[in-house]
Formats: sequence, C-alpha cells, structure tokens
Amino acid sequence: MALPPPDPQFVLRGTSAEVHTLHFYCGGQEPDYPILFSGSSNGLIHVWNLKTRRVDTILDGHGGKSVYWVEAIYGRDRLLSQGRNQKICLWDLAEGRNTVTDSVFTENVGFCKCSLLKVAQGHWLMAMPGKDLDEVQVLELPSKTSVCTLKPEADAKPGMPMSLKLWQPDFGSCPFLLAGYEDGSVILWNLSGGKILSRLACHQEPVMSLDFDSEKTKGVSGSSEEVLTVWSLDEQQNLKVQKTHKLVNAGIADVAIRQDKKILATAGWDHRIRIFGWKKLKPLAILDYHTATVHCVSFSDHSRPSERLLAAGSKDHRISIWSIYNQTSGALHCPLETRKPD
Amino acid sequence: MLHCPHGGPQLCLALGPQKVNPALPGVGTPTAPETGKSKRSPVTCYWLFKTGHFNHCLQRWLNRFDRPGPGVGCVANLRLGDRARRCRREERAGRRVPEVTLPMDPEPFEVGHAVREAINILSSSRNGVQISEALGTIKCYLGGTENQAPLKEREEFTRVHFSAFLRGLVSNLSPDWIELLTSDQQKELWDSFFLEGPADQAFLVLLDSIISMGPSFRLMKVISILEQFLQTGRMSALMWEVCHQQAQAGLPTFQETLLNKVVCLPDHLCNKLQGNNLPIFFPQNYFPLLATEIIQVLQRISDSLRGGLDCSISFMSQVLGKVCVHGRQEEILNVLVPRLMDLTKVDCIWQRMCWRLVECVPDRWMEAVVCGFVQKAPGADVLSRLLGNLVVKNKKAQFVVTQKLLLLQYSYVTAVLQNLLGYLALDSLRRSLLIKVLKELLETWGSSSAVKHCPVEQQLYVSKAILICLSHLKEPEIESNRQELLTSMMGGMKCRLDSNLPRVRRLGMIVAESISSRITTDGPSLKFQYEDDDETRELKSLQQTAPLQLHVTDLPNAGRNNSPSATPKAVSKPSGNPHPATPAVPEEGSDLELDSDDDLVPYDMSEDKELKKMKAPVYIRDCIEVLTGSEDMDKWEATMKVLESLIRRNSATTREVSMELAKVLLHLEEKTYIEGFVELRKRALVAVTIIDPVPVVQYLTSQFYSLNYSLYQRMDILDVLALAAQELSQPQASGKNKPCSTQSPCIQTVSGSDSSQNWRRIVDERIKSKTHRLAKGQSLVEPACGPNKFSSLAGHFFFPLIQNFDRPLVTFDLLGDDHLVLGRLAHTLAILMYFAIHTVAAATMGKSLLEFVWTLRFHTDSYVRQGLLSAVSSVLLSIPSERLLEDMTDEFLETQSWLEDVAEKDPDGDCRRLAWQNLLLMENLLKKTQKCPYLVVGGNWKQR
Repeated sequence: MALPPPDPQFVLRGTSAEVHTLHFYCGGQEPDYPILFSGSSNGLIHVWNLKTRRVDTILDGHGGKSVYWVEAIYGRDRLLSQGRNQKICLWDLAEGRNTVTDSVFTENVGFCKCSLLKVAQGHWLMAMPGKDLDEVQVLELPSKTSVCTLKPEADAKPGMPMSLKLWQPDFGSCPFLLAGYEDGSVILWNLSGGKILSRLACHQEPVMSLDFDSEKTKGVSGSSEEVLTVWSLDEQQNLKVQKTHKLVNAGIADVAIRQDKKILATAGWDHRIRIFGWKKLKPLAILDYHTATVHCVSFSDHSRPSERLLAAGSKDHRISIWSIYNQTSGALHCPLETRKPD
Repeated sequence: MLHCPHGGPQLCLALGPQKVNPALPGVGTPTAPETGKSKRSPVTCYWLFKTGHFNHCLQRWLNRFDRPGPGVGCVANLRLGDRARRCRREERAGRRVPEVTLPMDPEPFEVGHAVREAINILSSSRNGVQISEALGTIKCYLGGTENQAPLKEREEFTRVHFSAFLRGLVSNLSPDWIELLTSDQQKELWDSFFLEGPADQAFLVLLDSIISMGPSFRLMKVISILEQFLQTGRMSALMWEVCHQQAQAGLPTFQETLLNKVVCLPDHLCNKLQGNNLPIFFPQNYFPLLATEIIQVLQRISDSLRGGLDCSISFMSQVLGKVCVHGRQEEILNVLVPRLMDLTKVDCIWQRMCWRLVECVPDRWMEAVVCGFVQKAPGADVLSRLLGNLVVKNKKAQFVVTQKLLLLQYSYVTAVLQNLLGYLALDSLRRSLLIKVLKELLETWGSSSAVKHCPVEQQLYVSKAILICLSHLKEPEIESNRQELLTSMMGGMKCRLDSNLPRVRRLGMIVAESISSRITTDGPSLKFQYEDDDETRELKSLQQTAPLQLHVTDLPNAGRNNSPSATPKAVSKPSGNPHPATPAVPEEGSDLELDSDDDLVPYDMSEDKELKKMKAPVYIRDCIEVLTGSEDMDKWEATMKVLESLIRRNSATTREVSMELAKVLLHLEEKTYIEGFVELRKRALVAVTIIDPVPVVQYLTSQFYSLNYSLYQRMDILDVLALAAQELSQPQASGKNKPCSTQSPCIQTVSGSDSSQNWRRIVDERIKSKTHRLAKGQSLVEPACGPNKFSSLAGHFFFPLIQNFDRPLVTFDLLGDDHLVLGRLAHTLAILMYFAIHTVAAATMGKSLLEFVWTLRFHTDSYVRQGLLSAVSSVLLSIPSERLLEDMTDEFLETQSWLEDVAEKDPDGDCRRLAWQNLLLMENLLKKTQKCPYLVVGGNWKQR
C-alpha cells in the first residue's frame, strides 16, 4: 500500500489576495536566509523570510492591479515584477530599500508572463508580450533595448502568446524562445533571425504554461484541457510530441521542472498539485491541500537538495510549501551539495 | 561302513565328535572340518537321490532313533550335497552320535507317521544334529531340492500335515532350542519351511501364532519370518495358489479365513506389537506391497490364460474389495491403478481381466472399490478402460455410480465428477444412464426442500455435476429432452433465487444460464448479473472444458510411458530462451543519469477524483430543502456528501429538525447515480439517530412494522439501528466525534451481497475475543473511558423491534415470505443485545430474546437460524452469568438442548459451527460458576 501523500511543510498566509506568482531566491550566503517572493492579485509583492516564515517586506508598485510575474535579478537585491497595470518594474531591494528604480511599459494587456534569461554577466534577455496581440518582444536588460520582435506570419494566426520560455543550449550560444499560444500550439523561435523554427500544435486549448529542459531538449506544456503534453526537440530543431498524460480534471495553470530535472510539478485548476517523474512522466503524488484553483508552482533553487522546497500559490490566498522527493540518495547530488554557492 | 543294498557307492557315517576319532577308522576322514566344505563332488551319489530309495532308507534309519535322550542324536554324514554338509556342521558342533546302520530295504510307510516322528523329535530332542536331521527329513516332502519325496507323498504332506508340522515348529521355538541350530541351519531348515512350503498354510500358521502368542522370543522369530515372507514375495505365491485352487474347487471357509488374514495383517500386527511394529507391516507400506503382488499374480493369470488354462480371479477381487472396504483404497489403488492403466492400454486380455477383477468383487464391497477407482483414475477414458461396462452389468455398481456418488455424497473433488460423468458418456450403453443421471440431478437441484435442507457444499456439488453432464450431452440428446430440461430449470431457478444465501442464488444463476444456453438454439439465452469469483469461474470452466478433458488425459500417460522427463524439458525450453535472447531494451532512458526516476516511490493517488463544482449547502435546513425539492442533481449530490458531517457538527440544530430529517432520509431515493449513495444515506441517518436518539429511534422502530415500505427500507432501518447502537455504546470522549469511516467497516452490512458473511464474521470475532477474555480473566484495559450512552437507550432500540414480528401486515409478513428481513432482524437483535452489555435492561432483553429464538428455532431458512444463533451468543455474552442461570434456567436449558441438536444435525455448516461456539460459551459460563449453587445445571449438562 502506497503511503498517503504528505502534508505541506508549512503554509504562508496573509497575502489576503489570490497568489499569482512565486519566485524563490535561496542563493544567498550564510547570514542571508532563503526568500520567497510572491505576487498577488491586489498588486502587492510579499517578500517572505523562509527562516522565520513571516513577511519581511511588502512591495506595492502596481497600483492595486494584480502582479503575475516576479523574478530576482542581480542576486536578491533587484527584482523584476510584471503587473496588470501594463508595467514591468525593476525594484531595488538592497539594504532595506524598496523602490522602483526603472520600469518598462508593455502595451499588451494579456496574461502572458515574461521570461528572463541571463546571457552574460550583467546582461539579460527578457521576452515579453508585445504590442500587437500575437507579438512577442525581446528586450536586452538592463539597457531596455529591443533585440527583436517575433511576429508570426499573417496566415499563421496562433493567437496571443500565453507563456514564454527563453533558453539557450549552451551558455553563450544563440538563445531560442519557446512560446505557447492561444490556439494550443508551441512555437520555437530563433532569436537571431526572428524566424519560426518549428511549430507544434499540441493542445486543443490555449497553452497556459510551459517549461523546458534544455539538457534533454524536451519540454512540457499544460493547457486548459485535461492533457499534459511532453514534447521534445530533435537535432533538426523540430518539435514533436513525445508523451501525453491524461488528467482527471481539466486545467493546468502552471508547470515547473525542478532544477535537478527529476520531477515536475503542475498547478491544477482542480485545487491539486501533481508531481510527476520527469523522465517518464510517471505520476508520483497528488498534493491536495488548497481549496481553490492553484495558480502557480515554483521550486526553490536551494544549494542543498534536501532543503529544496516546492511552493504553490492559490486562489485561496495561501501559499503552501512542500518538501517532497528531496531525500536524495543518488551520487548525482553529491557535487551539488559540496558546491559553494557563488 | 555301510553299503547301499543296491550296491551304491560307499557311505560314510559320521560318528561322534567332529574331530577324527582314531578309534573309528574310516570315519570322519573324508570330511575336512577345517575348511568347512567338502572338496569332493556330491554328484558321485546323485543316482541315489534319483531313485528315491535313499529317503526310504534314511527315514527308516531315523525312526530307529526315536528315543529321546540328552546328548543323543544322529546324523548321517553323507558327502552328498546339502545333507552331507549339514551333517558335517553338526559334527563340528561337537556332538557325539552313536553309530547306526541304515536299513537297506524300503518299506511302505506313511507320511503322517514321519511327521509325527519329526515333531516328537523336535519337541523332545536337545540334540542339534538330531533336530536338524529331522527337519531335513521333512524338508524332502516340500520338494524343490534334489532329494524330494515322491509326488504323491509330497501332495499328502502339503495337504494334510504341513500346517500341523509348522505349528509344531512354532510351538517348539525357544531361545535355547534354536541355539541348537546354527544360523545357516536355522535359515535352511527352519525358515525355509515357511518361506518355501505352501504359502497359504504357512501364512495362516504364522498369523495364527502371532495372534495367539504373547510377547516372547518366539513371537519375534515368527514376526521376522513373516517379514521375510512378505519381502520374498510369498504373498503372490499365496494368492496364486488360491486362484489356482479355485479353478478346481476351493474351500470357501479356508479362503475366507485367508482373505481375512491377508487383509487384516497390518491390524493384527499393530495390535500385537504396538509401538514396536516393523515398517513393512504399516498399512502405508503393506498395501502397496500387496498391490504389486496382486499385479504379479494377475500377470501369472494372464500368462496361464494365454496358455489356454482357466484361472479364477475372484480371490483377487475379494482381496481388492476387502482392502477397499477397510478404507485402504488410497494405498492399494495408488499402486494398482497406474499399473493396470499401463497394462490395459494395448492388451485386451489384460483389459478383460481388469473388468473381471472389478466385476467379481462381492456386492458388499463393490462401493468401496468403485469409489476408489473413480477417485484414482486420472481420466474418464482410463476409468472406462478399467471398469468396462460395469455399471450396466452390476446393479450395485450402477447404484453407486448413478446415485450414491452423485446425489448422496458430496465430498469428492471436481475431477472425480468429471471422471465419473465422462465415464458414463464414453460408451453408448452407458449414455442412457448419463441422461437418467442428469434428470435425477436436475430433480434434486430443482426441489425447494433440497435448497432448504441441503448444505451449500452439496448444492455446489450437484451444480457441478449438472454442468459436467450438460457439457457431455450431444445436440440430439438435448433436443429430445428439451422440454424436461426447461421445466426443471425454471423450477430450480425459482426456488434458488428465493434463497437468502447469496452463494445459493449465484449457483442457481450459473446453472440456469448454462442450461438455457444449451437448450436455446436460437435467440438469446438467460443472462444474470453477478460478480465473478473463483467459484463461478470454476463452474463456468466446467461447462466448456469438459469435452476437451478426454483428450488431455491421454497426454500425461503418454509422457509417463515414453520418457517422463521429455515433457517438462519441452516446456522449460521456450520459457528459458527468451531471457537471454531479449535483453531489456529501455525505451529512452538508456543514459544512466535518468535512471533515478524509478527510485521515486509514488504516493497513494487514490484520492484523485473528479472535482465537483457545486457548492454544498452549509445549513441543515438547506439540506432538507435540497433533498426534498431540488431538481439540481449536482447540488443534491453535494448535499448528500456533506450531510453527515453537517449533522454531527451542528447537534443543536439537528435536534430541532431531527424527526423531519429522519423522515426525509428514510424515504430518500437515489435520483441520480451517486457513488456509495446507500452508504451516505445510512451514515446520515445514523448521525441523526445519535444526535437525537429517543424520538428518532421511536420513529424508526415504528416505521419498521408499518405499511408501505420496501424490504430494502426496512433492512436499512435495522442497519441504522445497529450502527447507531454500536456508536452509542462506544466509549468516547465527549465532544470528540469518532470519525465514521473508521468504525463503519466493522459493522457495515447492507450493500454487500454477501452480508451474511460479514455478520457472521463480526459475531465470530466477537465471540472469539469474548471467549478468550473469559478464559484469561479480566485484564483488558479500556483505551478510552466515557459513559455508555447506549445503556439508557437500549430498551428503546430493542423492545419495539421484537414486539410485532408475529403480526403479519398486508405488505409485510415476517414469518412468511419475508424471511430475509426476519434473518436480518434476528441479526440486528443480536447486535443490540450485544451492545447492551452492562445495561440494566440486559436481563429483560435477554429473556425476551431467548423466547424469540425459541419460537423461531425450527425456521427452515438457514440465514434466519444463523441470526438466532448469533442472538444466543449475544445473550450469553451480555447477560451476567448469575442472572442467566438464576432467572432464566428454563430458557437456558431449552436453548442448550436446541443448540446440541443444531450442532449435530443442522445441514448448514455455519449453523453447526455457531452452535458449537455457543455450547462452548455455555460451558465456559458453567465452569465459571461451578462453585455457585447452580451446579445442578452444570451437572446436567455434563451428563449429556
């Protein structure tokens, strides 16, 4: 008889609004404690101290409009946040400050989360939905100069981009963008040429979220239907469906592959978090804690695998923190454990 | 020096001590005592033996020394084969023998005289030489050696004197007597009489002596002789002799005795030797030996038949029959059947002999033999080969096969049934019997009294037989009996579906399905809904595979005959191959670092169900509204799911509307399919009952006996009462509600089709635990303490239920057709009684429950009886023993006598078991109170 699924390790309450996005920052040196950023529908960003499990700081910069993407940049001192007020803000959090130092105005009013990729020391690329409905714009940070604008051909009609993922095969090589669209297709863009390399219609419904494993060049996408799709990218840069998994209830709001590429978590509209083995998409656990739709899942990047956490934010105003499948015994994790965080 | 009158070669008579006596020249010189063997050829005097004169001479000569005396003996040292050597050994023993002269002329004399003389010598002489000489003389009459007596004398000896002589031999046996003979002599002279003489007489003498003797040296000797007798295969000689004699004209009494002794040998020896019995006399060794001997005799008979000689086989049949009737079928047929199977395969003489062997078995033993064969034969075709048309020829065998094995007994495994019915089906003469059998089986199957009074196991057996019969029938046969089959199927199905036992119902369904599929050539056949289990699968397989089975049975034979190892080898080969041939090809994850996916152990994911969108109501009044009026099925479903927890959480509100809620719930119907609806409704009702017991229980009990309820509703009422009683009686901390799910499995009853099993299990468990506790003394530690809420309410639950059971309504007649509910009622009362332990009302309740049991004790439905027996258990467990024995002595004793009756005679195995358990409980009660003045009751019971 299988074990009953575990309970959350702890639950963070107090956002008093739906939690739309979560981002861990655990890379700090010893006196620094792991941090969890959460963005909620009331426009606030909470910075949670995971040691005391309390809110350290509350950032209010989106005019009460919901925040649906946050990501740390420059360590823990800078934070990017994207809000429904069509602004992407850059926060300065160093030394107790909490001011918006810069912002980008997006002309898009959709729900598409941005994607950030570090291309060099001090240089990032950020993909964000563009001005036209089906357009994706890529900016270089911190200069905010537009690198390219990716617009499908007129007859392609994939609809709005719904989710974005920037990646590059090796550090320093030409980056690619994977974008999930409203019509259920996933498109691989080449940033240097602004060309579509491959297009895969893997869902009937809009792609709500996707994540990509650049080591094995395969990714996963969830949509509002009850199917989770794993697709892979072959040598000829063609996307093809590798496996699909039928869910009991429809709707995947978010997917996330853990940094060690062992497990995959999905945030379900059915209030449940599902854990799969990433290798074969073997269902591993159903975490049933939330009483409303789960909006986002995120894995911590803690240097010690045993302290890696899974966080899930839900419509029920709660953030549940889980410690699951991190009691690793394999030799795979020994180097990581001994590695000092930089 | 002596010379033979006929001028034969010189005989040297040894005189005196073994060492060469110089005073007697010429004597002893030819012997070479040191070497122990004569170097001279005995052939030199062979002619003497051929003429037969020598014996006469020797006999005469021996007779002269008919004077017993210590140290006096005589022997002729004849350097002539055996005899000479024997004499030399005597010499070596240092005995002095007076010189004698051998009479020269042969006179006519009687064998009887010689035997008497010999016996005299044996009993009186203390001289080893003399004794061995006497034995040697008699040995001549046995024949088989060179110097045998004439045929006529030999015959006379064996016919008249042999037994007497052997008896003499045995009666003389004593340690110092036997010392007189060397061990070789013992073997050659003493043992050989038993081992080489006529086996039947020797056997009888041996057994008679064993039976009559007390433990002594003699007994040991005789037993060792008997052991050798068996080991040297004399048994076959014995039987062959009898068979041979029978061909002429046997002596019936002698044969009878012999038969008895042959068959009862293990018993006699076991009785005699007790713990010191030898392994060869154990039944498990003796009867297989006997079987091989029988085969040998049959072999000889078949040889002599081939030689054109008549031979009677009936003694063999008698042996076989008697062994079987003594319950040793297993041992003897395990050897006999495989051998016969092989021998009859190709040889028609053997086949006829085998038929004859079985046919000649006397009627009184026929049943045992036929049963044995039917059980041991590996297949119907083998059985047919071994038995031939026995059932047609022999009335007794026919009765056994067609009636007894099928209708009266039911302990045999399915393979036996297949053998038996396959055997009937294999021959056209026997096929008419098959149809007759099927009709009789169907008649039994269809009779309602059989359903009521037969144990379920027998019904299963009959069902199997019917299915096998059907599988053997051919189309035309079915065609001609279609109407009859249909009629009996309809009748049987009806009374089987009426039964309260789910197993009986299912059996009925399967048999009816199978009959209907056989008799309906066109159009749909009957189809029932039931859950498959091992039993149903087995039954279904019977109707399909039986015809194939005939071919299958030949295979093991072939394999066994040719090369037993061939078959397993062939089988193992393909299974061994694929492993090395196909190395596991991992689909994608051949790179090592991915392998770690497998060590992630999944958690339990059974809770992953579809999400219901509808919001469940939060107030109980809303629930009532939804349940009574709402057309929104999602809402209705959600309400059902939360209702129980709502009720338990809001006890105050529930109390306000408890009656209304109970009414709604009781009449609630499943508007749309919900998983576990019945359970949900029941749990909600239980919750209401617990929150506000008195009015709700009053309502429910009154509704149980009112008009216009379905049986299902009534049974629900009973279940709810039982569950509520259980929960109320559980000690629990106030305010902390026990989660319902943990306790429901132990008393959950209604929905399962095999609810009776559950009930029984529960009651059994309780009885077990209780019995244990009585024996151990009270050392149980209650895990939680709290007031027993049931104690003040027990009466409310119990009495209204037991009140009206004998008053039939228009729609509800407990004592008539609705015995299912009656059974359920009995079980519920038992449960209520059980939970009423330590309550004030318990004694009164118990008394009326015992009266209830008494009125219904002869109910024909075993489910009801089971309920009554559980009720008795509860009474015994719940009522203090003093009250039970003091206030209810009459009821107690009456119940006890009824229980004893049930324990012995009830057709239902579970009833019997329950009754035994009850009796055990009673005994324990009585033991406990033995020091009390109610000893009388105990004494009464003990005497029975």
